[in-house]
Amino acid sequence: MSHVDIRHRQPSGWRSATAWIFVAPFLVIFFVFTAIPALIALIYSFTDIGVADIRHPLQVHFTFLDTFARVLTNAGFLKSLVTTGIFVVVGVPLTMAIGLALALALNSGIKRLRATYRAAFYLPVITNIVAAAVIWQYAFTLRGPVNTFLAELGLQGPNWLGNPNMAITTVILLTTWRNVGTCMVLFLAGLQGIPADVHEAAAIDGASAPRRFLHITLPLLKPATLLVTVLMTVSYMNIFDEPYLLTKGGPLGATRSVALWVYEQFGHGNIASAMAGSYVMLVIVAVLGILQLRMLRAAS
Amino acid sequence: MMSEGTSRGTVALYATLTLVAGLMLLPFAWVFFGAFKSQAEILAAPGAWLPRSFTDFSNFVELFARRQFGTYLGNSLVVSGLTVVSNVFFSSLAGYALAKIPFRGSRFVFGCIIAAMMIPYIALFVPSFFIIVQMGLLNTLTGIFLPIAVMPIGVFIMRQFALSVPNELLEAARLDGAGEFRIFFSIFLPLVGPAIATVAIITFLNSWNYFLWPLIVAQNQDTFTLPVGLAVASQGAKSTEYGLLLSGAIIVLLPVLILFVFLQRYFVRGIAATGLK
Repeated sequence: MSHVDIRHRQPSGWRSATAWIFVAPFLVIFFVFTAIPALIALIYSFTDIGVADIRHPLQVHFTFLDTFARVLTNAGFLKSLVTTGIFVVVGVPLTMAIGLALALALNSGIKRLRATYRAAFYLPVITNIVAAAVIWQYAFTLRGPVNTFLAELGLQGPNWLGNPNMAITTVILLTTWRNVGTCMVLFLAGLQGIPADVHEAAAIDGASAPRRFLHITLPLLKPATLLVTVLMTVSYMNIFDEPYLLTKGGPLGATRSVALWVYEQFGHGNIASAMAGSYVMLVIVAVLGILQLRMLRAAS
Repeated sequence: MMSEGTSRGTVALYATLTLVAGLMLLPFAWVFFGAFKSQAEILAAPGAWLPRSFTDFSNFVELFARRQFGTYLGNSLVVSGLTVVSNVFFSSLAGYALAKIPFRGSRFVFGCIIAAMMIPYIALFVPSFFIIVQMGLLNTLTGIFLPIAVMPIGVFIMRQFALSVPNELLEAARLDGAGEFRIFFSIFLPLVGPAIATVAIITFLNSWNYFLWPLIVAQNQDTFTLPVGLAVASQGAKSTEYGLLLSGAIIVLLPVLILFVFLQRYFVRGIAATGLK
């Protein structure tokens, strides 16, 4: 109704133009640093571009699927895919389970100290990763505070960062520590959306706490769960900072994720391999993301 | 809801929460105790908890006097300052237009925001590096700042908040003949203070903690930001230098910790906004 009045005062063409001016800065940055790079990466994945070509990007040879074939048969790349898979398969459920448990505990009716606990669980999320990695390197060295504490308990502490399996464990511990707070906040928001009377009715009907959790809380929490799954999967798939800073991908390449492999190829000047590798990753993330979002939409 | 009694369950709950919170906060204890340790102390007892003295600031003095942490701190402040101002202004403009001006193409722009939020920057840093080289911005603070000048998350949050601004106020101004720029500055902006605070916090956090991009764009110590400077220092460091590195970590952590203590609800609101709608 009022819409018609406005048209009399200001031509809608002028208002559209204003709207485009308002969104222009976002669009410019989006095209220059997201859309065009995505296109460049796709095009150059089909070439033999190397570091010498960066300043003359038009003088490269099209080699079509050679680069993809080379990347997809590269033992280092395949190993990094498996390593990333381990991070996702172990890290995502672990982080989500702890996040959900903390959210349930905070939502169970306690009043005292609730904000303090929430702040403590959330603090690692905003911690700078370089600072966190420095702390963890110090804490988990052979004779650092962690092993000193274990020794006081009479336990022999492992070589956390020097042994391949322990290094993966330490990287996952650091990543979990930094992501639990995000899961907790999102689960807590989901839990607060569940009406209390549903629980009370079930309790009056004699349903036990575990039964109420399984049959009421979990189903009603499905949208939040799927959302957290998408967020955590994407963030573990792209894991770079933690293994780069904590272990440099070592020992023996045990913690080298795909993102770290791409970074190393870039560092060695194998630009085409780096771009093809990141594209493989982008496609995997996109497919997983779309699948999970479909489920999210179906659930909500 | 369960009532809060002193039942055994409640006690167990508090004990567990306290234990987990203590574990989560342990790394902060390590960094604050470790930063005041000298090389000799670290060498003698690397696993000891408490330093001999909490008033020995020699590690911090060394970082600023001999390790260029002053330059890194300045660079980080410039990059984060520019990022916050630019994001608050441009994402308010875009969020207002998307929520409050009906125009053809707004769905396309919204699609771009969602796409930009979904695509991990790890997949795009190599081609983005090409673009920065072509623009002649390699090894400049502008080159570090430009890709995050208008983050999709900022526009997204502003749009969500803008949707809740009552249309009647804006329509009344339009009937009086006010242009969109005037409505934006004199009516819209004063109404969305909390949204601006949320966007400022989120974009400050992102830029302050930004690591991979400055690592490849900054080519020498004059353009290093704090995280890059700390990472490079830690890679060449001997294990006896942990006191120094932990002091560096405190310099990186402190601004965010202080902001968190005072503005916690905006941090949490930002996360809730990114996740849920």
